[in-house]
Amino acid sequence: MGLKDNKVDTERKRRYFVSRRVDRIFLELYKVYAFHVRFFKEVFVPPYELKEVVRQCYEVGVRSLPLISLTGFIIGIVFTNQSRPSLSEFGATSWLPSLVSIAIVRALAPLVTAIIAAGRVGSAIGAELGSMRVTEQIDAMEVSATNPFNFLVVTRVLATTLMVPALMIYTVFVSLMGAYLNVNQNELTSFTTYMTQVFEAITFLDIFSSIIKTFIFGFTIGMVGCYKGYYSSKGTEGVGKAANSSVVTAMFLVFIEELLSLQIINLFRAM
Amino acid sequence: MKKINPNINYENKVIEIKGLKKAFDDFEVLKGVDLNLYQGENLVVLGRSGTGKSVLIKIISGLLDPDEGMVRVLGQEVNKLKPKQLDQLRLKVGFSFQNSALYDSMTVYENLEFPLIRHAKDMSKGERDRRIHFILDGVGLLQAINQMPSELSGGQRKRIGIARTLILKPEIMLYDEPTAGLDPITCIEINALINDVQERFNTSAIIITHDLTCARSVGDRMVMLLEGQFQRQGTFEEVFNTDDERVKMFYDYNFVY
Repeated sequence: MGLKDNKVDTERKRRYFVSRRVDRIFLELYKVYAFHVRFFKEVFVPPYELKEVVRQCYEVGVRSLPLISLTGFIIGIVFTNQSRPSLSEFGATSWLPSLVSIAIVRALAPLVTAIIAAGRVGSAIGAELGSMRVTEQIDAMEVSATNPFNFLVVTRVLATTLMVPALMIYTVFVSLMGAYLNVNQNELTSFTTYMTQVFEAITFLDIFSSIIKTFIFGFTIGMVGCYKGYYSSKGTEGVGKAANSSVVTAMFLVFIEELLSLQIINLFRAM
Repeated sequence: MKKINPNINYENKVIEIKGLKKAFDDFEVLKGVDLNLYQGENLVVLGRSGTGKSVLIKIISGLLDPDEGMVRVLGQEVNKLKPKQLDQLRLKVGFSFQNSALYDSMTVYENLEFPLIRHAKDMSKGERDRRIHFILDGVGLLQAINQMPSELSGGQRKRIGIARTLILKPEIMLYDEPTAGLDPITCIEINALINDVQERFNTSAIIITHDLTCARSVGDRMVMLLEGQFQRQGTFEEVFNTDDERVKMFYDYNFVY
C-alpha cells in the first residue's frame, strides 16, 4: 500500500467517531428517538387525519376479529383442559374458573392479542410503508406539500394504540367463553356460577394493568411497523426486510415490556 | 423537432442554481452545477444513468439537501426555507416521478382529490369534481376516473401522475424520466402531453431524460450532465455538434445502434 492510499484510509477513518459500525448503531438509536419525538409533536398538531384514523382502526381492529376470535376461543379451551389434571390431583377442579380467568386476564389475552397484532398488523404496516417508500409514494406526498408522517405514521400508530386494548378485551371475552365450554362439559358448571367465580377471582388492578399494558403494546407495534417501513431500504428486498423485522422487533419488545410490566404490577400488588 | 417558443421570458429566472454540490458517502454526484430555468421554458437535462440528474430535481423540490451551493426557486432559496414556507413553495412546483408514484390504495379520482382536499379547503365538492374532470380530460383519461392504479398501463399511469401534479396549478413542472419504459408510440403521446402542458398551463419545466427523441420533441434548451457538471448547453444541434466522444456515444446509442 502506497503513501497516498494510507492517507486516504486515515482520512476515511477520521470521518467516524468510533468506527463505522458503532457510529451506525448510535445513528440508528438517534433516528428511533427522533421518530418518537416527531410522533409526539405531530399527534397534537393539525391537520388531524380523522378519516384515515378511522380507516386504519377498521383495518387493525375489525379485520383482526376472525383470527382473534378463533385463537382466543381455542386458547380458552386448551388452557382449561391442560390445567385440569394438575388441579384434580388436589381435588381442586372447582377452582378452574378462577385459575383460568386470572391467567387469561393477566397474561394470556394481552400477550396473545399483541402477538397476533404484531404478526398481522405490524407486518402489514411495515410492508405497506416500505412499498410506498420504494415506489416513491412517500416522496410524492412530500412534494405535494402533504405531511407523509402525519398521514401515514400518526394515523397508524393511533389506530394500533387504540385498537389493541379493544381487541384484548374481546380476546378475554372469547377465551372465557372457550374456557366455559370446556368447564361446562367436564364439571357441569352453570354459566352463572362460572361467571361469578371468574369475577370474584379478578381484581380491578388485573383489568386496569392489562388495559394499560396493551395500550403500550399497541403503540409499540404501530411505531415499530411504521419506523421499519418508513425507513426501509430501496428495492423489493427492503420491503420484505421491513415486514419481517417489524414482526420480529415488535414481538421482542412486547415480551420485554411484558416482563417489565409484570415487575411493576407486582410492586403495586405488594402495596 | 420543437419550434422556437416565443413565450419564454429570458428576463425572469424561475430556477437559479449556482455551485451546487452533492455527494453520497465518498461518491460526489454533482460537482458544482450552475443552471438557470427561464419562465415558460422547457429545459431538458440529459445524461447517463447515475450521473445525478434525478438528484438535481430532488434538490430543487427540497427532497434532498445540497452539500454546497445555492438553489433558488421562484425567488426563494430552497434549503433555507422553514417547513411551512417549503410547503407553500412546493404547491407551485409539480413533480412527475419516474414510476408515477400513484397512491396504490386509492382510485384515480382519489389520487387527484388527495392534494385538493388538503390544499384547496374552501373548494366545494362540486368544484373539486369539475377540476378533476377537467384535468383528467386534459390528459385524455377521463374514462379511467374510477380505476385503481394497478389497472392502468404504464403510459396511463404516467398521464395520471402528470394530472395529479397539474391539479394544484403549478408554475414549474419537474419531470423525472417521463418516457422511461414506454413503447415508442406512448413516448410520442407523453412528449405531446408535456408540450401541451407547457402551452395550456403556462408552465416552465425541467425534463430529466436520456431519451433523445423526447429531448428533441419537448426541449427549448438542453444541458448535458457529464461527470457531475454541465458540459454542454444550448439547442439540440449545439449540444451534439461536438467531437467529444462521450457526447457522440450518447447520440449514437439513441439514433445509430
